[in-house]
Amino acid sequence: MLDASPDIAPVVKKNNRISVITIEHLKKSFGTNIVLTDFNLNLFQGENVVVLGRSGSGKSVLIKCIIGLLDPDQGQITVLGKSILDLNDDELDQVRVKVGFLFQSNALYDSMTVRQNLEFPLRRHWMKVSQQEVDNMVMEALENVGLEYTVDMMPIELSGGMRKRIALARTLILKPEIILYDEPTTGLDAITSKEISELMVKLQRKYNTSSLIISHDMKCVQLTADRVVVLIDGKCWAEGSFEVLRHSEDKMIRQFFD
Amino acid sequence: MNFSETWREYFKEVGAISQFTLRFFQQSFKPRNEWGEFIRQCYIIGYQSLPLIGLTGFIMGLVLTMQLRPSLIEYGVESQLPAMVGIAIVREIGPVITALIFAGKIGSSIGAELGSMRVTEQIDAMEVSGTNPFKYLVVTRVLAAMVMLPILILLSDAISLYGSFIGVNIRGFTSFSLFWNLVFDRLEFGDVLPAFIKSFFFGFAVGIIGCYKGYFSSKGTEGVGRSANTAVVVGSIVVFFIDLIAVQITDILGLN
Repeated sequence: MLDASPDIAPVVKKNNRISVITIEHLKKSFGTNIVLTDFNLNLFQGENVVVLGRSGSGKSVLIKCIIGLLDPDQGQITVLGKSILDLNDDELDQVRVKVGFLFQSNALYDSMTVRQNLEFPLRRHWMKVSQQEVDNMVMEALENVGLEYTVDMMPIELSGGMRKRIALARTLILKPEIILYDEPTTGLDAITSKEISELMVKLQRKYNTSSLIISHDMKCVQLTADRVVVLIDGKCWAEGSFEVLRHSEDKMIRQFFD
Repeated sequence: MNFSETWREYFKEVGAISQFTLRFFQQSFKPRNEWGEFIRQCYIIGYQSLPLIGLTGFIMGLVLTMQLRPSLIEYGVESQLPAMVGIAIVREIGPVITALIFAGKIGSSIGAELGSMRVTEQIDAMEVSGTNPFKYLVVTRVLAAMVMLPILILLSDAISLYGSFIGVNIRGFTSFSLFWNLVFDRLEFGDVLPAFIKSFFFGFAVGIIGCYKGYFSSKGTEGVGRSANTAVVVGSIVVFFIDLIAVQITDILGLN
């Protein structure tokens, strides 16, 4: 079942590179529904990895386990050298500051303006920063996504693509080392989806972050992925570059490209 | 669901609420203090509830006076009407009715607001950014409910007594100063203090149950509706239980 095609690189840890996220033998189930059976993954520094899988294959569960929103049944998750499962709440929060998370639903705080959305994490982590510096950081984050003029608008007044960009700006405002993207282009039209994908790559290069992207949008995968991990039956079915996987003969992998 | 499963679920719920309450006390003493959000919640929970609480208080005092009058005339003690209404409102009816209306308005709004934030992943977003959603959302709302309900009850009592004054004067004439003299002549410290103290517990119960139901809301919009609904139902029942316990304690202490 694993590594069905010989042209796909096996899952190995490359010791000469720094792994910012290491997942070993991850298992997670909900009652009798087994979602992840034995999942392994390394995300290296400065790398964009896309986890590709069908809807309901456990992709979102995977990143929620990484950030500590869900507890796995078994396995080990190490983020920036810290074993997530062994941390107390305060230690976990310290790791979370270095890991940005872009939700599929954007999860903007709908009772706050765009400015307040962006200030919210800043004010709670960088308490000694002056109001002027906070304003500058908010405007810089909005300039990055090209939406400076929305600063005093409410999330309800924004389009889907704009909300996604604001959510991305909020994710980046704490200057994270890793960004986790949960279906970043779902629900967007093809043009906006391409713009968001290009923006993700641009910002990744600008801030030299590592990214783990959950997606089944092949255009987004093609634009963003340095490496693609295919998640099938709760396991890493195959792994390789987009081009390598695109030419795979494995029918389970082909279904994503055909 | 059979009988034993129902009880198991009930005790699981009680355990979860107890744990949530314990977490509230732990988080209350942890930095950072969310003063801005606390003040905002005091405005929403307290100031914005004032028209409803005032209106119901006024009607309550007026109706109670009009209902009691025939009975008191029958016993020839009509002159005791202001004192009797005053004691009934300050000791029992004012705090309990105001707390029930408060549970209906604030319990449901907290349950629905937090529930909606939970299902749209806004609480998760706060959590993954390493901020403390419990402190920001729960501690501020519960403290605001605890602070504002006693104030609302005091105002509601005053407005109820004014309603009672109107009620007394519908079928007769009693001057404003005489009415208040009759009320305050019979009111004692033991009438006011227990009522005031229990109102903090009412506020705490409504706040913590609304927050608990909303914070752990699930199953989409249906879950949000259920959270709002159960926040009101459970909050109202707990208000009655607290009242029952408070009466026993004041009885033991000889304050009745």
